[in-house]
Amino acid sequence: MRTKLLGVAALVVTLAAAGCASEGAAPAPEATQAAPQGPVKLTYWTWAPNMDKIVAVWNQEHPDIQVTVSKQAGGDDAAAKFLTAAKAGNPPDLVQAEYQHLPSFIAADAVADLTTAAAPVKADFSEGVWGQVTLGTDTVYAIPQDSGPMMLFYRKDLFDKYDIAVPKTWQEYAEAARKVHEQDPKVFLGTFSSKDPGAFTGLAQQAGAQWWAIDGESWKVNVADEPTTRVADFWGGLVKEGVIDGMPYFTPEWNKALNDGKLLTWPSAIWAPGVLSSNAPKAKGKWAAAPLPQWKAGENFSGFWGGSSVAVAAKSKHQAAAAKFATWLNTDAKAVDLLVKEAAIYPAATKGQSALTEAPDYFSTQPDFWQQAAGVAAGARGFTFGPNVGVTYNAFKDSFDKAVQARSSFSDAVRAMQEATVADMRKSGFQIAP
Amino acid sequence: MNRRVKAAPYLFLTPAIVLFTLFLALPVCYTFYLSMRRVKVSGLGLGKGSRQEIFVGLDNLAAAATDGELWAGWLRVLGYGALVLIVMLGLALLFALLLDSAHVRLARFSRIAIFLPYAVPGVAATLLWGFLYLPSLSPLRALLDVDFLGATTITFSMANVAVWGGVGFNMLVLYTTLRAIPRELYEAARIDGATETQIALRVKIPILVPAIILTTVFSVIATIQVFTEPTTLRPLTNTISSTWSPLMKVYRDAFVTGDLYSAAATSIVIAAVSLVLSFGFLRVVRGRAFGEES
Repeated sequence: MRTKLLGVAALVVTLAAAGCASEGAAPAPEATQAAPQGPVKLTYWTWAPNMDKIVAVWNQEHPDIQVTVSKQAGGDDAAAKFLTAAKAGNPPDLVQAEYQHLPSFIAADAVADLTTAAAPVKADFSEGVWGQVTLGTDTVYAIPQDSGPMMLFYRKDLFDKYDIAVPKTWQEYAEAARKVHEQDPKVFLGTFSSKDPGAFTGLAQQAGAQWWAIDGESWKVNVADEPTTRVADFWGGLVKEGVIDGMPYFTPEWNKALNDGKLLTWPSAIWAPGVLSSNAPKAKGKWAAAPLPQWKAGENFSGFWGGSSVAVAAKSKHQAAAAKFATWLNTDAKAVDLLVKEAAIYPAATKGQSALTEAPDYFSTQPDFWQQAAGVAAGARGFTFGPNVGVTYNAFKDSFDKAVQARSSFSDAVRAMQEATVADMRKSGFQIAP
Repeated sequence: MNRRVKAAPYLFLTPAIVLFTLFLALPVCYTFYLSMRRVKVSGLGLGKGSRQEIFVGLDNLAAAATDGELWAGWLRVLGYGALVLIVMLGLALLFALLLDSAHVRLARFSRIAIFLPYAVPGVAATLLWGFLYLPSLSPLRALLDVDFLGATTITFSMANVAVWGGVGFNMLVLYTTLRAIPRELYEAARIDGATETQIALRVKIPILVPAIILTTVFSVIATIQVFTEPTTLRPLTNTISSTWSPLMKVYRDAFVTGDLYSAAATSIVIAAVSLVLSFGFLRVVRGRAFGEES
């Protein structure tokens, strides 16, 4: 009996060892551009609403390139899923890539070089947006789809009630926060969310932050630069004073505060009308949009929160066809028009932006909504994202969670982000400029 | 003929061995393999050939085993686990004994009512409680002026969710064991003049010990693997970090910061701790529980 058991054990070990060996030597599928037999079939991962309707238009006009939409959940999970699929060797041909995640995709060698296919459409996009898909280099890795310039959304009716004017500078914003809270301790001008690194990134961009930059063959990492520290200390001071709340965005509690008029402003991106109309339906028609308060009176700067591009997987067998579809989707006049109407996005292509005329239903009391937006978009500045944004954003959540909870220094939290980012890059072996 | 007879057991074992190898041994083996590798980037890390997988031996494992954040996570889970184990198993035992006693009314209804929360999926249960904890939404806040999601209360709030969901299952395991006890034992005890309480303490609980040990081992393992409750509550509060429990750290490393190799190493450390704790517990109590059998 004993020997038999040993025999079985030996068999298991041998099989397991064989398994290990074969796992290590798994062959990578070749990204060959073989001549297609019949129509080329492409899969496209996206979470933009109604994308299947837009793709149907393409499929009808291009019988030789048929695209199938696979609807994804958005956000960080979608990026992790794509990276995992790319590593496993079965990614989709096309993928929606948020600007901050694109460098991770590039660093993982998961997306194809689109420089040649994208050259003719460069003029369709503003320089700031184009920099997001090139990381400031000469190589193009994706076609921009939408962008999220930030604005200040505020409760017009309650601004009148508490007798405050729309703040033109962050100084005025701080004073308004104190004034509101003094009149009613249960009401806040706004809240600082430690769950939304994207929002903080946009505010830092507005102040002129440059978290990453490529300098020759090395990365410059400066998450705790002067503009970012200034933004952090501004909000940290107000949270410590107790005049700005610390509840995270997108929670049931936040929805309730918006609905009940307990939160008067939301510095957010141009896609905010969609969120407000579903999360705070009761306040329809009471919100208005204005440019973000400025750091110096008279300036017109903004940052980006969100926005995404369409990338082609490096392992796609039909890269040329996929690139053709991606450029059509984001630059063709008809396609961009559909993106605006069906997918309700703010297009990255400049000609698409001017096509927007009718204000969103939720903001029907503000007929000049899109003119406001275009003015803001013109002054929006971004920065190059690094190859490990996941680490930086995670460090944001953890360190700002603690800082909001303890009402401790926000600039310390920013320094923790810088340290985590640099430590991770060093560990991986990235060249970092001193 | 003789050869064939010798081969027969292996033939019968084949399905089990194949399944075991494919779905347990191979993944475990692959995890070990991953834990010994790392991505090495050169220069900017952009473009082809700038990153390669290298062999690092036990470096990742050593880093995982000495990671302060992981051990802080173990401490948090220890506090949470102690609460859950004591309250959940205590309540389960109490309910099982009550339901088994001769005087209970509405036994069927109570049994189902206590068991029902176990049928609610963990995520749904946590969301449900999460809404009850949120300050401006909670009806509980009207009765109790407590911040359920505060830095110290969060452990109790999370333990409460686990207890609510787990009491029913453990109660059922104990109750089923109780029903299998021959009634004559109780009669004998009663003839000897024992009260219901004495029967419970001196007859029922000693017979229940193996079942209590079983439920404890299951609960210890479930506690070590706690993930659903803190992950689901995390978006609602500032008090739960991304590495609150050891398993959350594995998830973060693998899917948020993209380091599959560290995640594999941490998984191995967690598996080792689980093995030590559950087998250690069994070894300590074996003499007591299964004394007469071994």
